[in-house]
Amino acid sequence: MARRIGERDAVISGVGQSQIGRRIYRDPLGLTLDACLEAIEHAGLTRSDIDGLSTYPGNMNVPPGFSGVGVAEVQDALRLELDWFAGGLELPGQLGSVANAVAAVSAGLCDHVLCFRTVWEASAQGDAGRASVTVGSGGGGGYRATGFMQWTLPFGAPSAANWIGMMANLHFHRYGTTREQLAWIALNARRNAEINPNAIYRTPMTLDDYLGVRMISDPLCLYDCDVPADGSTAVVVSRADAAPDLRQPPVRIEAMGTALHGRPSWDQFDDLTTMAVRDAAAMMWARTDLEPGDVHVGELYDGFRFLTMCWLEALGFCGKGESGPFVDGGERIAREAAGRAGSVALNTHGGQLSAGRLHGYGMLHEACVQLWGEAGERQCTVPSGGLPEVALAAAGGGPLAASLLLTRS
Amino acid sequence: MADQPFRVLPAVTVDNEHFWRGGAEGELRLLRCETCGTWIHPPQPRCPTCLSDRVVPCATSGRGTVLTWTINRQPWYPGLEPPYVVAIVELVEQPDLRLTTNLVGIAPEDVDFGMPVRVTFEEYPDRDGSVWLPFFEPDPEAT
Repeated sequence: MARRIGERDAVISGVGQSQIGRRIYRDPLGLTLDACLEAIEHAGLTRSDIDGLSTYPGNMNVPPGFSGVGVAEVQDALRLELDWFAGGLELPGQLGSVANAVAAVSAGLCDHVLCFRTVWEASAQGDAGRASVTVGSGGGGGYRATGFMQWTLPFGAPSAANWIGMMANLHFHRYGTTREQLAWIALNARRNAEINPNAIYRTPMTLDDYLGVRMISDPLCLYDCDVPADGSTAVVVSRADAAPDLRQPPVRIEAMGTALHGRPSWDQFDDLTTMAVRDAAAMMWARTDLEPGDVHVGELYDGFRFLTMCWLEALGFCGKGESGPFVDGGERIAREAAGRAGSVALNTHGGQLSAGRLHGYGMLHEACVQLWGEAGERQCTVPSGGLPEVALAAAGGGPLAASLLLTRS
Repeated sequence: MADQPFRVLPAVTVDNEHFWRGGAEGELRLLRCETCGTWIHPPQPRCPTCLSDRVVPCATSGRGTVLTWTINRQPWYPGLEPPYVVAIVELVEQPDLRLTTNLVGIAPEDVDFGMPVRVTFEEYPDRDGSVWLPFFEPDPEAT
């Protein structure tokens, strides 16, 4: 018997986003409620319709600003009557919380799930910056590393910049990838951010700017890392047969990928040039008749720019090891390339470097906005002049990854 | 050892002590399955190959090759000054038997993929006894 593709019983009915910025010093719950109320209204629902709540990573105090808002705070603030809820970190990346919601709706546990992700890292770090929150620094020397971190912290490698730097260096070595090629992930994103009024960094970036900025962990430079931001994003996942009650035709979920077949570790995964994105992408494509060439818009996680290269290869927009030549020059990934053969409009809002480190949810928000035709000046159109019909939202990298293939109703 | 660079140290437990203190005898020790011979890292209570619980610490050769590396240039910790090389070394005992480490005794620009390396330990005193961090250096005996 063919496996049921249960995600098609669920749709995305609305999206919302709070103010986004650097160090805006607002209560993270306030940001969250702004995003949630906008998403509920956008879906054409009211809060009494919401019977499910899902979030990543749940309420956490450390690292500072990484979360701070969990299921309980939002449920209580909105006095929601919930039939199902979940919040946590051990998921296939940030969008694993949306996959949870889709599964809950498909299982019939609830009708409308509010999903959210809130960050306030910029404000939490304050003027001391990222270095102030390095794991194991400060605290009077009382900290001792446990779990995975014990294998990296003693060697001065506390950051995913180090771990992904090693992934990227191996990719460069095996496939001849260059910094001049990797640069186009950042340059393309900045070009899109220039016309996104909600983006944080909107001044043009040149290849010389990219090549001249300081290195963090070779071959990754400052512009390969994202910038701590404050902001909240919410999406509503609804039952597909609730469509008549909604404000607009919902975004359909054609297929999801949530797989992790390799070892769940940054340094033990079998193929360090791809990691979990390989498994998530393969699972997603196995659940649909659509193909990479059908995708018009790709919002592919760029928390570190190299991870987008991993997604492009894993999702089949180019061959294994060929992401360097694919993105070189930017033409195949420009927003004008939507719907053209051999191309995909990539990170059309500006990605996490330029539009804020909204940690995966920004990718899903933009994919939906593009399908609904609500992207304003940066709205993509296909060569026929119509709106994009197929979009990909993918988040994560390393041992955590999930992707959603979305279509217009 | 008062002038050592700052290092975040591991919490030593009965499950990982063989790894962090094997350097006292100059040995890089990992768990190995007595039933099927599989080497295991990080430590786990059963062999991931045959699921036997007869896993015991054994000395490796301490030799391997550089699978990949990065030159860290970001000052993450006061007292640990960049640049330094973070690497994943694959030990000769078994394909994919890896650990993250630092390469020492070599200029960062001279590091290369597949380079033969050998373990060298540095003792770090800690409140419950020393730990010996396993770093790697070029292996002069490799052919």
